[in-house]
Amino acid sequence: MAAAVFFGCTFIAFGPAAALFLFTISRDPLRVIFLIAGAFFWLVSLLLASLVWFVTVQMSNKESSSQQKALLIFGVVLSVLLQELFRFAYYKLLKKANAGLLAISQEDTMPISVRQLAYVSGLGFGFMSGAFSVVNILSDSVGPGTVGIHGDSQHYFISSAFMTLAIILLHMFWGVVFFEACENQRWWSVGAVVFSHLLVSCLTFVNPQYEGSLIPTYLVLCVMAGWAFSCAGGSLRNLKLCLTCKDKDFLLANHRPR
Amino acid sequence: MGPESFRWSYLLLISLFYSYVSCSSVEQKIYIQLNNTVPCVRLLNATHQIGCQSSISGDTGVLHVFESEADLEWILTNGPHPPYMVVMEAVFFTRPTMMRMKNSSRVAGVAVISSSTAPSEGFSPHTRCPNQNSGVYGESYGPELANCNNTVWNPLGNNLSYEDFAFPIFFLENDNQTQVIRKCYEDHNVRVNGTAPEYPLCAMQLFSHMHAVTDTVTCMRRTDLQNSFSINPEKLCDPLNDFNVWASIRPLNSSIKGHKENESVVIAATRLDGRSFFWDVATSAEGTVSGIVTLLAAAQALYPVTQEAPPPRNIFFTFFQGEAFDYIGSSRMVYDMQNAKFVIDMDNVHSLLEIGQVGLRNGSNLWIHSDPVSRKNSSVNEEVDKLVKNMQSVASSLKLSVEEPGSSQALPPSSFQRFLRARPIPGLVLADHQSAFINRYYESLYDTPAYLNLTYPPDLSPEEQLEYETEAAKSLSEVATLVARSLYTQAGGDDQFLSNITADTKTVAKLLYGFLIKSNNSWFSSLLPPEALGRGSILGTGAPQYYIGLRLDNTVKSVTRFVQFILANMTGTVLSLNQSQCQNPNSVPDQSKDLYSYSWISGPVSANGTAESYCVRASVRLSKALSPAFELLEYGSREYSTWTESRWKTIGARIFLVASPELEMMTLGVGVAVLIVSLLVTYFISSKAELLFSSTREAPATTY
Repeated sequence: MAAAVFFGCTFIAFGPAAALFLFTISRDPLRVIFLIAGAFFWLVSLLLASLVWFVTVQMSNKESSSQQKALLIFGVVLSVLLQELFRFAYYKLLKKANAGLLAISQEDTMPISVRQLAYVSGLGFGFMSGAFSVVNILSDSVGPGTVGIHGDSQHYFISSAFMTLAIILLHMFWGVVFFEACENQRWWSVGAVVFSHLLVSCLTFVNPQYEGSLIPTYLVLCVMAGWAFSCAGGSLRNLKLCLTCKDKDFLLANHRPR
Repeated sequence: MGPESFRWSYLLLISLFYSYVSCSSVEQKIYIQLNNTVPCVRLLNATHQIGCQSSISGDTGVLHVFESEADLEWILTNGPHPPYMVVMEAVFFTRPTMMRMKNSSRVAGVAVISSSTAPSEGFSPHTRCPNQNSGVYGESYGPELANCNNTVWNPLGNNLSYEDFAFPIFFLENDNQTQVIRKCYEDHNVRVNGTAPEYPLCAMQLFSHMHAVTDTVTCMRRTDLQNSFSINPEKLCDPLNDFNVWASIRPLNSSIKGHKENESVVIAATRLDGRSFFWDVATSAEGTVSGIVTLLAAAQALYPVTQEAPPPRNIFFTFFQGEAFDYIGSSRMVYDMQNAKFVIDMDNVHSLLEIGQVGLRNGSNLWIHSDPVSRKNSSVNEEVDKLVKNMQSVASSLKLSVEEPGSSQALPPSSFQRFLRARPIPGLVLADHQSAFINRYYESLYDTPAYLNLTYPPDLSPEEQLEYETEAAKSLSEVATLVARSLYTQAGGDDQFLSNITADTKTVAKLLYGFLIKSNNSWFSSLLPPEALGRGSILGTGAPQYYIGLRLDNTVKSVTRFVQFILANMTGTVLSLNQSQCQNPNSVPDQSKDLYSYSWISGPVSANGTAESYCVRASVRLSKALSPAFELLEYGSREYSTWTESRWKTIGARIFLVASPELEMMTLGVGVAVLIVSLLVTYFISSKAELLFSSTREAPATTY
């Protein structure tokens, strides 16, 4: 019976990410490699941020709770900044790698475009971030008890799962926007990505008022989804055509030789 | 890398090693672990299993506090959220309630909260006829006295300890943790106006999974299989075992087993153990400690006189362990005597005097019980009459009154019955009850020092309490004097020395304090060897518990050690040997390890904290108290005790909130829906990707 909560929260948190992986990434080994490398970069950024936070906590006054709270906020901000820094570092690395891949590949076109790289790396960041957010909570949701004996809200598990879902998708959208902005030297876009990441992370300090953190996060998610869609080359016209299934004529009209 | 940065990295490494990160982990948000819980464990004998068992991942149930009969109906029939975990005060722990819960599938477990007052009508979870199948009375010996046809010894016995429960039963102290449980119940589980409480509800989970099942034969067979075939054998149960303590006033050569020429021995016996419904909790004040203290005080009173004026017969003090479980200790000693594996054998035994329950005398008579069937033989009858007359004359000189109950009454349950099973020797059992036990809390949690009226004035420090002479001490020292003088006469000693034999009330008071209130006192710690004190001190906190238990790594139970070293102090001599000589006495001339045991004792701690240790030589020895059934590998034996205790991995309890099953199913449903929707959407998008992500502004060189 308690396994129901475990499976429910796992599906909520990792459902879309698993679907994306299954249908778009798992077939192409190059994409899998870049996904895992992206996840690793995120992991390294978290390691650095946690190291700094840990040292500062050891040096601080453990008794004072206001100091601990301030340190936590500092830790979150530092972690966000480091994650974005590592996203930039990964972008630079991928640009260099792409040049090298082109040199050794047999075809004369690049095997993977920058846009695809953006999507894959964003998803990689998202996977690892989601895993670290929620796996700890999932392992405790298997037991017979639910949160609440000390007065906490009963909806802890399900709201953590929804938050993780939002974060994973957001990382993917941020990746797309970020890489596009770096390609075209649009630094204000980069700043907007960093700002929205900071906003979402700091909103979690409003918990346990889960409405206060989840609803704005999903609003940001919708905004970022639209922005990433347009960065990736989509437009309203494409969407309308797609949904009204007039695509066959369109493809024929725009047929390009391979 | 200058010295500055080196220092910082050093600090980093140190802080990494000393990592103490106090994280508020999710588990702490969900569960409150309960400490100080005592389970009821599974015990097995040749044919049955008794005790309690939980399932392997613990039993969870919604908390319900049991306060009246209406609660029982709620738990068993009406309540809408079964299974229930019943929390009750000890006063409601009665046979009718427990038997009704035993047969119900709606009870997940029971937690009993201790109370300081005992039920006034008495409570004994033991059988009404203790050890009825392992005593002397049976088909071939006194059939009219067998199975308590003649006298029911424990009329208040309700047999709860010998029932087999399919759910766990735990015992909780009434402290802060119990308040937490009650508060959780009041916040979430209380019925409002007769309607059922709503989710989330407070629940408790008890872990006490026992590995052994069915009976000892099955369990030992499976253990033997494990030992033969498994690389990492897992033992399922262990036989109950410990050690008997014995001492003699004239040393016996322990390297020569079997019959000793020209040795006629009077055995003075008592029991060393007790039990209750729960595991390892047994204060046994009247049932056990009264006998131990009396015999120890008698040994101390008797010993000096026997050195000055030795009686013709030897006197053999013995303390039997495991008597609650079909006479483990006494059956083993009799078996060893019959098979020439002990220092003496049955031919050396002249007579026996056993001290039963003697603590509730309240200034009135003592009774001496004897076995009417063996007394049908005229020579035995003559001997027993002599013993009775001896004791009565001693008693009259002490202004005590000692009487025999009716001549056709059976012998009460006692170690003497195992000796009679081997051979009809003359013997007596001294007790404070004429027929049925006066003890209304026989082998239960309520057999406490308060039941013996062992109370101290409130403003005394522990050391002052140690020395304080209570009424109980005075009463028991009279009994001890009676026993000592009777033993001296029984051993053939001269009457003129009898007046020198008097038990010391101070010693009795200290013994009662140490065995019933607090064993960690200055007197006990001065009598123990240094390795028994210090870090792994056997003194513990509070009073010792008398359940026999298991000896998994060949250690000795703490109570057995106390009796061993107190007896050594009382019947031994201090020698001026140093520590290495004391530990190798054979190297010293005139000392023999065969005749005596040598112990290095820590001694009293002086004012500046140092102890003056010394060497004590005494004839005190330990003998193994493991049932002969396990030596003979007859696990289904009807002759000997076959009691074993099951093994277990975790014993614990925790409380938490449970969510309603509907909410959980809804979470699962939402999850499955999110998964399916995302699979569909992703498939749709990825199949239309060329269309969706194309843009006429794109340069043709890029691929998709």
